[in-house]
Amino acid sequence: MIGEHSSKQYDNELESIRSKVLLMGGIVETQFLDAMTCFRIGNPERADRVMREDDAVNQLEVSLDDACSHLIVRRQPAANDLRTIMATIKVITDLERIGDEATKIARIAKALHARGAVTVSHYEMVRGIATNASDMLHDALDAFARNDGKRALQLIAQDAVIDHEFRSIMRNLITFMMEDPRTISAALDTLWVAKAIERIGDHAKNIAEYVIYVVDGKDIRHTKAAQIEDSTPEQAE
Amino acid sequence: MNTQLSAENVVASQNSVAVNGKSKIIEIKGLNFFYGKSQSLHNVNLDIHEKQVTAFIGPSGCGKSTLLRTLNRMYDLYPGQRAEGSILYRGNNILEGNQDVNMLRAKVGMVFQKPTPFPMSIYDNIALGVRLYEDLSKGEMDERVEWALKKAALWTEVKDKLGKSGLSLSGGQQQRLCIARGVAVKPDVLLLDEPTSALDPISTSKVEELISELKGDYTIAIVTHNMQQAARCSDYTAYMYLGELVEFGETDQIFMNPARKETQDYITGRFG
Repeated sequence: MIGEHSSKQYDNELESIRSKVLLMGGIVETQFLDAMTCFRIGNPERADRVMREDDAVNQLEVSLDDACSHLIVRRQPAANDLRTIMATIKVITDLERIGDEATKIARIAKALHARGAVTVSHYEMVRGIATNASDMLHDALDAFARNDGKRALQLIAQDAVIDHEFRSIMRNLITFMMEDPRTISAALDTLWVAKAIERIGDHAKNIAEYVIYVVDGKDIRHTKAAQIEDSTPEQAE
Repeated sequence: MNTQLSAENVVASQNSVAVNGKSKIIEIKGLNFFYGKSQSLHNVNLDIHEKQVTAFIGPSGCGKSTLLRTLNRMYDLYPGQRAEGSILYRGNNILEGNQDVNMLRAKVGMVFQKPTPFPMSIYDNIALGVRLYEDLSKGEMDERVEWALKKAALWTEVKDKLGKSGLSLSGGQQQRLCIARGVAVKPDVLLLDEPTSALDPISTSKVEELISELKGDYTIAIVTHNMQQAARCSDYTAYMYLGELVEFGETDQIFMNPARKETQDYITGRFG
């Protein structure tokens, strides 16, 4: 484990930032799950709650950004502390976007159910990709909380599965729409939802990449998968 | 612990390696240093690169000033202090007994923590050192004094009062006068031992600005307690602890992602 600073106050400031990020992560995870429930069974109150929670997520993003810049100016963090702060600033941006995507899903779900345009299979179509994206988000936040570079590396490969699932859903929906134009409206809504889920997978992947940056000091963004695997992450003590 | 080492990041236990092929002006090999019976440097291996700034950081008593003082044999002035190993300055082992230490100190100048102007005029503070090594005419000496003061970014502040005592200047100006004095003899290497620890932030930033300008012509080694200063103005950083060189590497690497946990603990304030 990484030891404590000579300054207890510095430790407290870092810990406070860290726990706020995890709080924010917890909120967007719930937002996403709730939004998917809305999409499945419709529940306008719950959809409204997802949208309301987005305000809390946005507020957390602002206050965390502020806390990070204050910590930089007061403490001039270096090495792993600096990397943690840099990564935090980026992680919260991704979390905020995940919140936006979840809100988008809730809004579509509410509208879809209000129109009564629900098809039997609309949820089944995205069930797999939603489960994968939700697991990936959960694990990415877990890897961030534990500074687990190995887990983060595994997650990055998982994003390819989600991308593949999205393309397959799109092909499926196109077939439906061609066969019966009456499904176009619901199919398009389902497609938007699938796209939002796919984006959530991308954001979770970004978070995993920042974990590797914190642990190993390596920036692997925009690196091909093969090259990433060549550089297996070391574990911090 | 993160055990990865990049080629640029050389850990003390290994032999020194040329960094990025830049030319080495000083090569320290197997250096041990003793104050009487107590050993204060243990097997230090380190290369200092030409026209680069090398910073030495570490807690008090870790041997960084001692190491700096060996580079121009300043320790010779004190009985009972001795160094073992070798320090090659341009290929010549300066620890050997037959060295002309005065010539060495002209080539490897030093500036101390506290400004040490001589109790004489600003002009003479600079001319005194030059006269020891060179026989210049009045005109040439005037030019040299102006050149040195300009190098030390002090000229505009003192050009109208060169006859005034060096002691009449402010702390920051005095320190820049000492740097001008060091530069005036046209050394090869400048050793700065906590040059800004007694200065206010504005004077400090002037001295730091000076360091980055001087490195175009000189090789600079600086000891500092201010880690941000090391991060700001050096190209290479050496972290020392208990007389040993723990890690040496490019400054960005040391401050972003040090190879050794000990270094990380020190620069992030997790020390002791």
